[in-house]
Amino acid sequence: MTGGLGSIGIGPYLTVSAILLVLGVFGIFLNRKNVIIILMSIELILLSANLNFVAFSSALGDLSGQVFTLFVLTIAAAESAIGLAIVTVYFRNRGSIEVEDITMMKG
Amino acid sequence: MNWTLALPEIVLALCGLAILVFGVVQKKGQPFLACSMLTIGAFVLTAFLVVMSPDGTGYNHIFINDSFARFMKLLSLAGGALATMLTVGYARDLKVERFEFPVLLLFSTLGTMMMASSGNLMTLFIGLELSSLAIYILCAFARDDVRGAEAGLKYFVLGSLASGLLLYGSALVYGFAGTMEYGAIQTALSATSAVPMGLMIGIVFMLAGLTFKLSAVPFHMWTPDVYQGAPTPVTAFMAGAPKIAAFALLLRVMAGPFGHVAPQWQILVEAIAIVSMLFGSLAAIPQTDIKRLMAYSSIGHMGYALMGLSAGTEEGMRGTLVYLTTYLLMNVGAFAVIIAMRRKGRAVTGIADLAGLGRTDPGLATAMAIFMFSMAGAPPLAGFFGKLMVFYAAINAHLFGLAAVGVVSSVIGAYYYVRIIKVMFFDEAAAPLDRRPLSLSFVSVGMGVATAGFLIVLGPVSTAAQAAAQALFR
Repeated sequence: MTGGLGSIGIGPYLTVSAILLVLGVFGIFLNRKNVIIILMSIELILLSANLNFVAFSSALGDLSGQVFTLFVLTIAAAESAIGLAIVTVYFRNRGSIEVEDITMMKG
Repeated sequence: MNWTLALPEIVLALCGLAILVFGVVQKKGQPFLACSMLTIGAFVLTAFLVVMSPDGTGYNHIFINDSFARFMKLLSLAGGALATMLTVGYARDLKVERFEFPVLLLFSTLGTMMMASSGNLMTLFIGLELSSLAIYILCAFARDDVRGAEAGLKYFVLGSLASGLLLYGSALVYGFAGTMEYGAIQTALSATSAVPMGLMIGIVFMLAGLTFKLSAVPFHMWTPDVYQGAPTPVTAFMAGAPKIAAFALLLRVMAGPFGHVAPQWQILVEAIAIVSMLFGSLAAIPQTDIKRLMAYSSIGHMGYALMGLSAGTEEGMRGTLVYLTTYLLMNVGAFAVIIAMRRKGRAVTGIADLAGLGRTDPGLATAMAIFMFSMAGAPPLAGFFGKLMVFYAAINAHLFGLAAVGVVSSVIGAYYYVRIIKVMFFDEAAAPLDRRPLSLSFVSVGMGVATAGFLIVLGPVSTAAQAAAQALFR
């Protein structure tokens, strides 16, 4: 195997990142309790993509994937900051951040 | 390196920062109005620079400026400027009278411009996030409003999920194509006859992420709730610029880098267009809230616009571009009327609240009637020409089933548009609406004239759209 992945190859990296993605997506849809868990799941999805980028970048011997990862980390930080701010605003209005309570509008 | 290519974006970003500083250093009073005016000025200045900007690619091929990018940027800027204008009149009542509001609109529009010019998966994602992050905040901007907070939360969670899927898709495309530049991906794909499975999965993930931003079925669940809960000017903005920018990405990515695998994704886009059109027209029928109605209507409109993309031809792309132009005009106009719906200082959003508007306020009712007829696709209004062009492209591409579904769903859709006109002109008059500020009259009259007289500008618009579509296939 060329590139910096050593003898492991790229397969295991892709598998781990796919598992992280599935965990993240299920964390959003199956979770009935707390919005904070949803924020964590979103982070997990972004990190799974990051893992892919780094693995591919290393396998291809092309640095742009790792540069992208740095940008994604920055964006993920901004996203969680905004997410937490919105959750705070919501909590002040409703006094709860249970997922089951977020049902004012329907139809 | 030709850095002047991105001059409009650089100027708009600097203007945004300057307006932010201006707002902060104002000691007395609320600088909201001044900041809004400055923001509109910045949009106009940027639009001028966009028209003047040269063709080419810069910054190591990550930034493309061509007639397609210019067309989309002008539409986005128009959407941003009109949404800012809609905010000015009732900002205090809507609890959004803080100077950060126009600045966030500005940064979101900046993100949409970056999306239109992206030449690389990295600029694609960063532009998309810049525009989305600003809108998450805007949705929850009225901090004491429960519905606004809920809308912001819902949009944030589902929007981040979509961005995550898009990012995962980009990672797969990068890995299997070996590069993240559009031009290089195109070369890599045209070199091989067998497309790797991972790449196809990546394309599907990216398509899912982008259709979410368009609110096309099956990624539409957030639309009605968010449209209803967000402050109305924000809804007007969300229905315009970000959707146009998502289309810009979709058209550029699908026609350019993934153009060689068109048979693989065309069927998918066609299916999305069909279900969006049908769902948009059927689900709107039982609605009683006009903002929810507009949400379903926009889902349907995205279906029609996708019809042009699924044709996969230059003619189809031109149809989509003209459709988006007409959609922006009538949509902003309709939202101007919705914002003007106030009684005794409170906003009302029921369709029943429009009853008898034809007698109490004939001007506003006529404007709304023009927008509704145009959305239904009645000639010779703007919406008709958009629909005509996408239908024509679909038939020329032998997508007869798609065109037939389009015609059927536009007939069903006409029912609920005409119902609003019936409520306005033939129902028992309710109490008259409050007097509206000049800015709303200005926007609704301007959009009404543009929608009714679209035939006059059809020639130049379709020539510009033609040039833009040609640039995509070069």
